[in-house]
Amino acid sequence: MRTKILLSALVAGALAVAGCGGASDDKSGGDASAASNGGGAKTSLSLVAYSTPEVVYDQIIPAFQKTPEGKGVSFKTSYGASGDQSRAVAAGQKADLVALSLAPDVDKLVDPGLVPKDWTAQTEAAGGQGGFVTTSLVSFVVRKGNPKGIKGWDDLLKPGVKVVTPNPFTSGAAKWNLMGAYQHGGIDYVKKLLTQHVPVQPKSGREALQTFTGGEGDVLISYEYEYTTAVKKGEKDIELVQPDDTFLIQNPIAVTSNAPQAAKDFLKFALGDTAQQYFADWGYRPVNAAVLAKNKSKFPDPPTVKTVDDFGGWKKINAELFDPEKGSVAKIENDAGVSTAK
Amino acid sequence: MATSAATAPAPPARARAGRRAGTRGLTGLGVGVVTLWLSVIVLLPLAALTAKAFDGGVDEFWTAVSSRQAVSALKFTIGVSVIVAVVNAVAGVAIAWTLVRDDFRGRRLVNAVIDLPFALPTIVAGITLLALWGPRSPIGVNLAFTQVSVAMALLFVTLPFGVRAVQPVLIELDTEMEEAAASLGASGPRVFRSIVLPNLMPAILSGAALAFARAVGEFGSIVLISGNKPFDTQVSSVFIFKQIESDNPVGAAAVSVVLLLVSLLMLVALRVIESWGSRHDHR
Amino acid sequence: MTTASPVGRLSVRVLALGYLALLLLVPIGVVLYRTFEPGLGEVWDSITTPAAVSAFWLTIELAAIAVPLNTIFGIVAALVLVRSRVRGKWLLQAFIDLPFAISPVVIGLALFLLYGRQGWLGPTLTDAGIQIIFSVPGMVLATIFVCLPFVVREVAPVLREIGDEQEQAAATLGASRWQTFRRITLPAIRWGVAYGVVLSTARAIGEFGAVSVVSGKISGETVTLPLLVENRYSNFDLSGAYAASALLAVIALATLLAMTLLQRKGDPR
Repeated sequence: MRTKILLSALVAGALAVAGCGGASDDKSGGDASAASNGGGAKTSLSLVAYSTPEVVYDQIIPAFQKTPEGKGVSFKTSYGASGDQSRAVAAGQKADLVALSLAPDVDKLVDPGLVPKDWTAQTEAAGGQGGFVTTSLVSFVVRKGNPKGIKGWDDLLKPGVKVVTPNPFTSGAAKWNLMGAYQHGGIDYVKKLLTQHVPVQPKSGREALQTFTGGEGDVLISYEYEYTTAVKKGEKDIELVQPDDTFLIQNPIAVTSNAPQAAKDFLKFALGDTAQQYFADWGYRPVNAAVLAKNKSKFPDPPTVKTVDDFGGWKKINAELFDPEKGSVAKIENDAGVSTAK
Repeated sequence: MATSAATAPAPPARARAGRRAGTRGLTGLGVGVVTLWLSVIVLLPLAALTAKAFDGGVDEFWTAVSSRQAVSALKFTIGVSVIVAVVNAVAGVAIAWTLVRDDFRGRRLVNAVIDLPFALPTIVAGITLLALWGPRSPIGVNLAFTQVSVAMALLFVTLPFGVRAVQPVLIELDTEMEEAAASLGASGPRVFRSIVLPNLMPAILSGAALAFARAVGEFGSIVLISGNKPFDTQVSSVFIFKQIESDNPVGAAAVSVVLLLVSLLMLVALRVIESWGSRHDHR
Repeated sequence: MTTASPVGRLSVRVLALGYLALLLLVPIGVVLYRTFEPGLGEVWDSITTPAAVSAFWLTIELAAIAVPLNTIFGIVAALVLVRSRVRGKWLLQAFIDLPFAISPVVIGLALFLLYGRQGWLGPTLTDAGIQIIFSVPGMVLATIFVCLPFVVREVAPVLREIGDEQEQAAATLGASRWQTFRRITLPAIRWGVAYGVVLSTARAIGEFGAVSVVSGKISGETVTLPLLVENRYSNFDLSGAYAASALLAVIALATLLAMTLLQRKGDPR
């Protein structure tokens, strides 16, 4: 009898907590729910994006819904690692808009016909170019006070300096980091860095930051926006160091084939002043020239910034450096095993 | 109406034969249900996986699985999983014994938390282990990014197997034989070795098999604390993930198939040992 | 009830509890500490956001489907494995254990290859308009997959231990097979079933990897509690991640409590 009462109490308690649920993870309890289904929604858009800009889209989407084009448009959002998301869309996940971490993840969707071949031209209508919605820079994160005095790439090779950077084969986005290194000193520099100064190979950027804040290493190679977002979210004891020469990170956005007009409107909105300001607030460099100019103090320009185009494009880079069998970085990884294999 | 079970004659031959035929029918149904369920849930996806592994022919399969990184990861994975399975099998018996036969304050609480490693998402387990055994460890040990750290993570996530496999059997264990042996003068350890242990063996092996299987496939709780160093602390599941991320699904499927085959062999071996042992049972 | 000497009993207790403390209790303690460090109010806010509430119900839903189905399968399979005289049992047993050995990475890959757009069943499903992968049905399949072996593996050793003498006696007395099962077998294996259910449930609610790959991570629709934990972690909301994990721990504990109470009803142990 007691059992029955206890179980009924549990069930009743559980039901009491039940609600319609929703998508908003806002603790203040406000219904800033980006995916709220207003009565009689005309269109539903599916946005598939990589994980870090979730905080920004949580602000952009409600702002879009207040515009005439966005009125009555409901959203389904999905956030995860860029590579995972790209594979999911290729395997059939519904997406009207994809906003990923690097262009190859979008290019992979062209062959299956999910994204139009000329997707990079989509941003031109909104004043952007190349299909990008934000950019950033490869930067260093060091401990507060910069105890090891890290200023540039050469400092990473100083004896005893330990560098944390994710493995480029488990995290496509980690390739940005190595491109930063590559543009500085070519493959020789990358080899010295990876074999002598990188003790661990975290699976992703987020885990690399966790490993670093967990006490490992002296320097973390990361992105400018990752640092800003982390600090805004409460991460302490870290500092940003911008080397004089670095690599430009470019984050693509694309409307998929057969997406409704609202998706194209959203893309336009994402490149507009309101949305780009939200991006800037969280540390992403706007592609909107006006917004970038307004926020220039937040985004100083290092003397040298290389881009993917300077090295022949991603196809060439992936084939030469990151091919799992023939790429030079893969070779470095495999050769390193000869000395450390037990 | 039977007057006494002890003196009732055996059921007539016709009834016995009828029962056996019925049993065969029911067994058939049981086997059918089991096979169907297994096929839909487990075998079909695995078939798709195996097909992909051989998408490029046997040559490509072989190249993918014989690469140095793949082999190194496999050896490390199997090795550490075996150790973890053995340790947790032994620990499982000790803990189950303490929970069932012993009585102390907080026993119910301890019993309750045994299953938590299962319920905790692997990333939380990973963060916690890094905090405890990593560079910022409050205890002062820094095992992070070593092979030992992988073992620690695996011991954590497979602990429930060792305990819960043995526990229900211990609860059902008839203590008459133990008491008889004790009254005849056998010491505690002797009683345990000759009477309790043989009865627990199938359960212990069962727990060890599950612990091994889980350890071999574990991913989330290891990635943070192991450092994923190729040829050192990289496990097969991370290697497979690398192949997937590098747009090499055939290579990923190939290594997965090998990993599964090795696990299958281990599990079969355990089962054979189990039935070998029980053949000596008088049932 | 024990026949071991007091010294022996104490040393086993010390060793067992020591191992548990080091390996299990300390990490769990750390998780609890970090969860409640920001204060109870924050924790409550964390687990009552709309996203957390959906995730909670989705997690429960997946477990509520997967666990009962696997329990039935488990009991039937255990009976087949222990009581029947079928040949090739060792192979069957090995395949039943296989889901454990499969890394979540591999399960995800296999399910993509089967149900994905370019997979074996993909085109057929798309034509029929059935959405399996990237929606709840796919997540149910993944959940069933990962907790398949538990009940079997808990029940089989118990079945073996108790032997079938009582069942045979019941048959001799004229009991039907169903009666024998309900009155003799089931009560005898109930602790095995109970722990099997507890473990299955804990695994089903805590599973991250396999479910993550096939879920599509659609906020408010296909995000379970473990996926929410990962999502919060990626968004630098560590305390939120811990709070959601604590909720999972509560569900696991509640399951154990429920199963233990149900067992105790018939037996004062």
